[in-house]
Amino acid sequence: MAKLSLRGVVKQFGANTVCDGIDLDVDEGEMVCLIGASGAGKSTLLRCINLLEAVEDGEIFLDGEDIAEPGLNPQAVRARIGMVFQSFNLFPHMTALENAMLAPRRVHGRSKADLVDEVEDLFKRFGLADRMQNYPDQLSGGQQQRVAIIRALAMRPEVMLFDEITSALDPQLVGEVLDVLLMLKQQGMTMVLATHEMGFARHAADKVCFLKDGKIIEEGPPEALFDAPEREETKAFLARALK
Amino acid sequence: MTRRARYEAQQRKRSLMIAATSTLAVVACIVIFVPMTPGWEKVQRSFFNGAVLADTFPKLLDAFKINLMIFSWSAPAIAILGLLIALARDAKSPALFPLRIFGATFTDVFRGVPVILTVYLIGFGIPGLGLPRPWNSPYIWGSLALILTYSAYVAEIFRSGIDSVHQSQRSAALSLGLSERQVMRDVVLPQAIRNVVPSQMNMLIALQKDVSLLSFIGPVEIFRQAGVFKSLTANFTPYVGAAIIFLIVTIPATRYADYLMAKQMRDRS
Amino acid sequence: MAKTLSLAAMTLALTTSAAFAAGHCAADKTLTEGKLTIATGNPAYYPWVLDDAPESGEGFEAAVAYAVAGEMGFAAEDVVWVRSSFDEAIQPGAKNFDVNIQQYSISAARDEIVDFSMPYYTAPMAVLVSPNATDTEPTLDALRDLKWGAMGSTTAVPKLANVIQPTSDPLLYGDNADVNAAMSANQIDAALFDLPTALFLSAVMIEGSKVIGQFAPDASDNPDQFGMLMEEGNPLKSCVDDALVALTESGELAAIEATWLQDTTGVPLIDF
Repeated sequence: MAKLSLRGVVKQFGANTVCDGIDLDVDEGEMVCLIGASGAGKSTLLRCINLLEAVEDGEIFLDGEDIAEPGLNPQAVRARIGMVFQSFNLFPHMTALENAMLAPRRVHGRSKADLVDEVEDLFKRFGLADRMQNYPDQLSGGQQQRVAIIRALAMRPEVMLFDEITSALDPQLVGEVLDVLLMLKQQGMTMVLATHEMGFARHAADKVCFLKDGKIIEEGPPEALFDAPEREETKAFLARALK
Repeated sequence: MTRRARYEAQQRKRSLMIAATSTLAVVACIVIFVPMTPGWEKVQRSFFNGAVLADTFPKLLDAFKINLMIFSWSAPAIAILGLLIALARDAKSPALFPLRIFGATFTDVFRGVPVILTVYLIGFGIPGLGLPRPWNSPYIWGSLALILTYSAYVAEIFRSGIDSVHQSQRSAALSLGLSERQVMRDVVLPQAIRNVVPSQMNMLIALQKDVSLLSFIGPVEIFRQAGVFKSLTANFTPYVGAAIIFLIVTIPATRYADYLMAKQMRDRS
Repeated sequence: MAKTLSLAAMTLALTTSAAFAAGHCAADKTLTEGKLTIATGNPAYYPWVLDDAPESGEGFEAAVAYAVAGEMGFAAEDVVWVRSSFDEAIQPGAKNFDVNIQQYSISAARDEIVDFSMPYYTAPMAVLVSPNATDTEPTLDALRDLKWGAMGSTTAVPKLANVIQPTSDPLLYGDNADVNAAMSANQIDAALFDLPTALFLSAVMIEGSKVIGQFAPDASDNPDQFGMLMEEGNPLKSCVDDALVALTESGELAAIEATWLQDTTGVPLIDF
């Protein structure tokens, strides 16, 4: 059974259908990359998966349980699914360490003392041990994004969602963030990425999905999708994106 | 010193000179020409009477302690009530709908009525219902009038502060599994409050002045004390004395609020 | 005989209208020639002015004003009434009245800024107590422990502080009506007023209140004497004073007082 399964997911904003019946399976430990032009529905799809947006129709199964059930309390689901945003969204009034400890303390009721070793360990692993006491505005974009990833990981999520997390970064800072993703993949994290980094997707993804107008037009292993796309839309997109 | 630095130093010196000269000219005009007006002598005797000022100033300072006292308990109460009203107005749960209505009515009513009317109505009205002493004190009910009125304004400022926290901050906090209440308390409010500190400083300054409205229902604070001296001496100088005392407090506070405001503008850009 | 008559007629004519030009005291000294502009409070209270209508001449100060005007040679229709607050009365600059009559106590400090006429009334201070405190003994010891109020703009304030010396700080108000409200709200037990005002408030305004004592006006160094207020240096002052002297000597002033101010003998004196 897939860790995460989407069946016929529909999301509309008014008359505008942003996700138009999406099916997707993500296996345990798999890295899936969503590619496509801006506005194709990648970000919205991610926001639907952790229930930041309520879906209109369809099912989303996490370990076989339908989490898209209307009326379900989303908090417990979100605690199991981590998400990282394009614009970092660190809490500016807290240090990096406080950012990472807030949710485990509040949601899991754990004490600071109990948490601190574990969280410090994350900072060390991602090369930010000396930045824990800094406030977000004292950190570079790359560092902030890595803190945001640590913040999500501190909840020990089962699945991680990444929404174009390198798009707001200067090109020279992109690498340090992508390295973190590779580390996570190595550790067996289940991940779904919306990304414009075609090189990274091709190199690191287990599966790549091409979205257009709220639909998955084509999906497959990266070599197949990048080297031998079957659909005309995919070819056209890749031609522009890889130019 | 670089070429550029030399040039800029010269420019600074030049504008300083111009500013000093023009200021001096304006002050000289006031000092020379105002006393030449026919009524000046009378105005001076009525408003700027040194003997009256020296006589009354210490007692005015003493009365100002009453203002500070009323201010000291009203300001925290306003901050707390204002915040609660702001939160009530943003309450989403249907069970809290009455609270939302209450919050909206509260702000409409108390922002719409002149403070002095509220002071009269609450300060004389509620004790008139038959409360025993000391619970009918004008200090209590007058302060409550100030607290209610100012909370209405302060609540609106807090709301604008809450709105100023970007939606993405909520999304990030929610995505971590926090409840709406935790998001508000741990993520939105701390930022919202920080954002509105300069505006709230201005409310504090206004409150400091409006404390004097309590004089209408009995407390002999600085404005009433000055009025008593005015009546006894038939001279307005005690009011000028009171104004000086107010300025000693409010000018630094206003400057500080402006500084915070400017700092915030810089930080945001 | 005819000659004498015409002379008499001429004299009469002179005293009524033409007299103004011919060296009458008030000539050239009023705001409007031939008219006397008198200010009073807004509103003006009983028993000083009845029904807030000074034009009627009813009420003590209204009656005094018309008597003084008459003595100065003004007919009743030549008296013009305006309203003024205390602040307007003492502010520097041109005034919109010739004289201002609204229970102004004469004091040396005030006299430096404005001019006062001779006193037209000597007001004893009296203690008005709320319905809850009507059994208070009229002694300083008993009075001291009451919660006091007064009008902030009157000389009752220093009298309160110097003579009664209450144990708790008095509360001060801007208006009779506010003192009334505070007494109704039981925020004060007692208030200090001039006796006529106190009697009026007790009889008409504050149900159940009582005037329990008065301070004899001549018992203090500085009795409260009411004078008409004028702009500092107003040349009219000597005319007003002359008129008041004449009214006092003729007994007319006493008669006006007897007509409009209640008999004050029933109120016990407070020793101090």
